[in-house]
Order: sequence, then C-alpha cells, then structure tokens
Amino acid sequence: MAVIALKPGYAEAVEFRDRKENFHGNQVVYLHWEEHLSFCSAIAFPLPPEMPFGALIEELIPTYYGMHPDYQSVNWEQVEWKIDGQSSTPDMSKSLADNGVGHKSLICFRTPGLNGYRGSCS
Amino acid sequence: MTPPRKKKMNLKQRYALMTRGLDWETSYQKMDDVFPYDTFEGIKITDWSKWEDPFRLTMDAYWKYQGEKERKLYAVLDSFAQNNGQLGISDARYVNAIKLFLTGVTPLEYQAHRHFAHLGRHIRGVGPRVAAQMQSLDELRHAQTQIHTISHYNKYFDGFAEFPHMHDRVWYLSVPKSFFDDACTAGPFEFFTAISFAFEYVLTNLLFVPFMSGAAYNGDLATVTFGFSAQSDEARHMTLGIEVIKFMLEQHPDNLPIVQKWVDKWFWRGHKMLGLVAMMMDYMLPKRIMSWKEAWEIYFTEAGGALFEDLSRYGLRVPKYADIATEEAEHISHQNWAIFYQYTQAAGFHTWLPTDEEMAWLSEKYPNTFDKYYRPRFEMWREMEAKGERFYNNALPQLCQTCQIPMGYTEPGDPGKIGFRSTEYKGERYHFCSDGCKDIFENEPEKFAQAWLPVHQIFQGNCGGADLGDVLKWYHMDNGADNLDYSGSPDQQQWDAWQAARKKVAN
Repeated sequence: MAVIALKPGYAEAVEFRDRKENFHGNQVVYLHWEEHLSFCSAIAFPLPPEMPFGALIEELIPTYYGMHPDYQSVNWEQVEWKIDGQSSTPDMSKSLADNGVGHKSLICFRTPGLNGYRGSCS
Repeated sequence: MTPPRKKKMNLKQRYALMTRGLDWETSYQKMDDVFPYDTFEGIKITDWSKWEDPFRLTMDAYWKYQGEKERKLYAVLDSFAQNNGQLGISDARYVNAIKLFLTGVTPLEYQAHRHFAHLGRHIRGVGPRVAAQMQSLDELRHAQTQIHTISHYNKYFDGFAEFPHMHDRVWYLSVPKSFFDDACTAGPFEFFTAISFAFEYVLTNLLFVPFMSGAAYNGDLATVTFGFSAQSDEARHMTLGIEVIKFMLEQHPDNLPIVQKWVDKWFWRGHKMLGLVAMMMDYMLPKRIMSWKEAWEIYFTEAGGALFEDLSRYGLRVPKYADIATEEAEHISHQNWAIFYQYTQAAGFHTWLPTDEEMAWLSEKYPNTFDKYYRPRFEMWREMEAKGERFYNNALPQLCQTCQIPMGYTEPGDPGKIGFRSTEYKGERYHFCSDGCKDIFENEPEKFAQAWLPVHQIFQGNCGGADLGDVLKWYHMDNGADNLDYSGSPDQQQWDAWQAARKKVAN
C-alpha cells in the first residue's frame, strides 16, 4: 500500500535516509548472539564490505561479547550461522560481501550447548 | 433617564453565538481552497453541523476557569519550593522518573499545542475547530506548568537542564519524538484518531495515572498538584477523542476501513511508546503503586474492552494485535529496563539493579516470567558488578524502523528469542521489532523509509562524532553527572549528605 499524501509527487520526492551511499564506504551490519539476551538486541556496526568474515570472530565478537560468562566456552567450529535468516557456512577468509552480507544484513550466531547465564537465555 | 439594561444572554445563547455563530461560508474564495487539508485522507463528511460539541465552553469562560486553576497551582508550587519539597520525596531515585517525563513527555505537550492550533485553523466544521483551539491552549498550559513544576528539581538534580535539546537528539527520546512527528505529519483526521482517540482516550490512563499516583506515593506534591490541574482538561480531551471517532463513523460508511486502519496503527504505536512508562512503574518508583501488568489489565483489557464493545455498533473492532500487546505486558518493563541498564552511559537519567526486596515484588507481580527470564539476567549483572566488572553494552543497538526502540522484544510465545521482522522496499532492507511495526511500515513505506534512526545517524557522522564522548556532548549530556548508575552519582551523594544532615539535626 502507498502513503496517501496531500502533495502530488510526494512519494517520488522522498529521500531515504539510510541508503548505503550515506555511510562513507561502509555498510551497516547487525550481529546477534542467539539465546544471550542480556545483550538486549542485535548490535549494529558500520563495516567495509571487503572486511573478511573472520574478523567478526577475531575482533568484533571478543570486543563486544567477550564479557559474557559463556564467551570463553564457545567452540567456534560448532557455531551455527545465519545470514538474513538463511543458514550459512561462511568462509572466514572471504569478505563479508562474498559471503552474501549486504547493507543492513543481519548475522545471527548460535552456540549449541551455551544458552545464556544458567540456561536462562540471558 | 437611565437607558434600559440590555438583557443578559443565557449560557446556551452565549455558547451558540461565540462558537458556531462565529462561522461563515466563504463567498469569493472556494471553501476547498480555504480548508485545503480536511479532504485528502478520504474521510467523507456530509454534514458538519451534526458534530456534537463536547466542551460546551466559551473562550471567556475558559480563561476564567483556567486562570483560577493556575492561581491554585502556583500557590502550591511556591510553598513546595519554600518548604524544600525536594527533601520530602521517598528517595532520590524517584527523581529519575521525573527526568524521563520532562525529556520525553513535556515536549510532546508542546507539539500537541502546535498541532491543535493548526487544526483550530484548518478544520472546516466550526464545532471541532473551536474544540481544537481550546485544546491547543490546554496543551500549551500543560507544557508550561510542567516545566515550571519540574524546574524546582532542576535546582538540585542533574538531567533536567537540557530537556528540549535532548528531546530532539537523544537516541531513546527519538521514540516519543518520532511518534508525535508521525501524527503531526498526518492529515487532520488521522491526527485526531492518533492523539485524541488512541492516545488521550484509549491509553491516557496508562500514562497519567502511573505518573500522578507515582508522584503521590513518592511524596512529590508538586507533580501531584500539576496532575490535578490538568485533570479537568484531560476529561475534555477524552470527550473530543470519542466524539471524533463517532462523528467519522456516523458520517459515511466508507470511513470505517480508514478509521480502523488508524486505530490499529496508533494503538500499536502507543503500546510501544508506553513501554517507557511500564519500566518507570516497575523499576523506577522507590514506592510502587501497582505493576504495569495490573495497570494494563485495568486500563486496557477491562476499560478498553468495554469501549470497543460499545464501538462495535459502528463496525469498529478491537485494535489488531491487542492480544500480542497484552502478552507483552508480562515482559516489556523488564526488557526496557535491561536496555537502559546496559546503555546507562548514554542515558539522561540514572539506572540501578533492583534490590532483593524489589526483585521479590517483581516475582510476585510477574509469576509467569520474572523468575524464569529476568531475575537471572539481573543476578548475572549483580555478580559482575560485585567483581568490579559492571556490564555495559559497548556497541550500538539495532533499532526498529517504525518505533525506533532497540529491537529487544521477544517472539510471541518464546521469550528466549528476539522477534526479528524485515521487509524490502525499493531494493533496501528494513527491520522491525514486531508484526505491528512491520504492518505500519508496509502501509506507508514512503513515510517510514525517511526515519531518522539515531544509530544510523551516528554512523553517518551527523551526531557530533564517532566516540561516545562526542555524541554525549552533541546531546548536551553532562558525562558523569546526567548519565550512568545512581550509585556514585552526584545526585546520590547530595541526597545522602542531606539525609546525614537531617539525622544530625534530629539527634
């Protein structure tokens, strides 16, 4: 359905605020650790599309999720990944773009056997 | 000889002359050119004279009544200030609820003033036009009296001084701000449905009762008095809300689907925004009134249920997703407080973990959810605090494109799983916290694709810089005073010093 507007041509004149071009060469990527909802939501990053996928595990995840008591026990071989809702086996050496991560993509990871503080999904 | 005295008009005559009697049909300009806003939404009005005036108030009487209320209010405010009323509150943590009110709600009163002034000019029917003019004045008075009432706290506590500036910029205040911007950029009938009906009629008790009773329970006489002073106005606003809905539905059968869509939209938007009130009731009041879940049952499930039963004779049904909102009443306050706890570094009020006693209260009030999902979260954070490793979320949250709240709400029926929704529009992805927010976007994608999402704006470089310190400066947030935990804050230090001094005097 389309907006009902008073001004003719309103819909065509609209400027979308979050186009990829507005992020200075980066694209917005959301990252979420399933069953660890003490991190209240997925977290957002402006990342270069050419960044290797492996940098998520080496840099971003330890920095932003490392304080969780489950973090030290994560076995990265067993982690299940989803990119935009689809199960995926990302190639860590290839770029985000090559792994199918686009602007405003959501990357979810699940750590089997680890489901939050005392199993509470927190 | 004395001239014969003019006969005094009775109230009804005065009312007729001073409201409807002031209207006229234009002759050398087309009515459609004079009133360009009130037809494009598709609402069909066949006879404006069928409007029942709910207020029965003329402007001169209005000035008189409001003037009297004003005198009483300011007398109480003066005495509150002279008697150091800030010392009589239950605990300084309470003041944080008032910070949230001043930064989140008061600016909306001002926006309401502006938009009702617009409607007071642009509605073709004189009945609703006069009603909108009076409400416009009410809203200005509310904004003003709230600012004056709360200014007393600004002398002693942090977090108040930059409220209008913060309202325009701070990430979580974009939630109420964008809610109201959405209403003000809609046509006049949608605005009436959004603000007068969905907000002031259906949901208002969930905003004002918690804040005003919260104030009463926590010794805040100033805010209570303000609340009383606004109460009679609110009754008028509610009457306008219900009258607008009935009028639209009675005027033409084609109006029903349009009105229903608006009721669905604004109920959902209101429910999400009131999550801030939910958190205030369950976590921020040192002396609690009732739980959010109890308030929801009384004011929405029961009162709202009766209302929609009454409106069903016009074909209007209960808002879509009302059942989901009711299920969320078990979760929303806990999830929201957890958001602010982990982003305390960027919040304009203080946060804390609930005490043992407070957690026991939450367990009792939320037997289905608190112990299972939320107590462990707070206990984990408490352990981390004890080790000197207070939990902060150092990345920015993913926001819902519609309500702009961090996407922290869980799947209906599965509180261990975040509810992700997304859609594509013109080749671009958009994310939502719920089906309700996704539907709203899909009905008007052109509008919501323009959303100013605070997190994305920071990434685009429009919020003062990339570091937290830069962004806080841009927010006019005094780092170390306005934000962070209550424990160790200047607010707490001062409150403790006052309490110590009082004890000394008492001994």
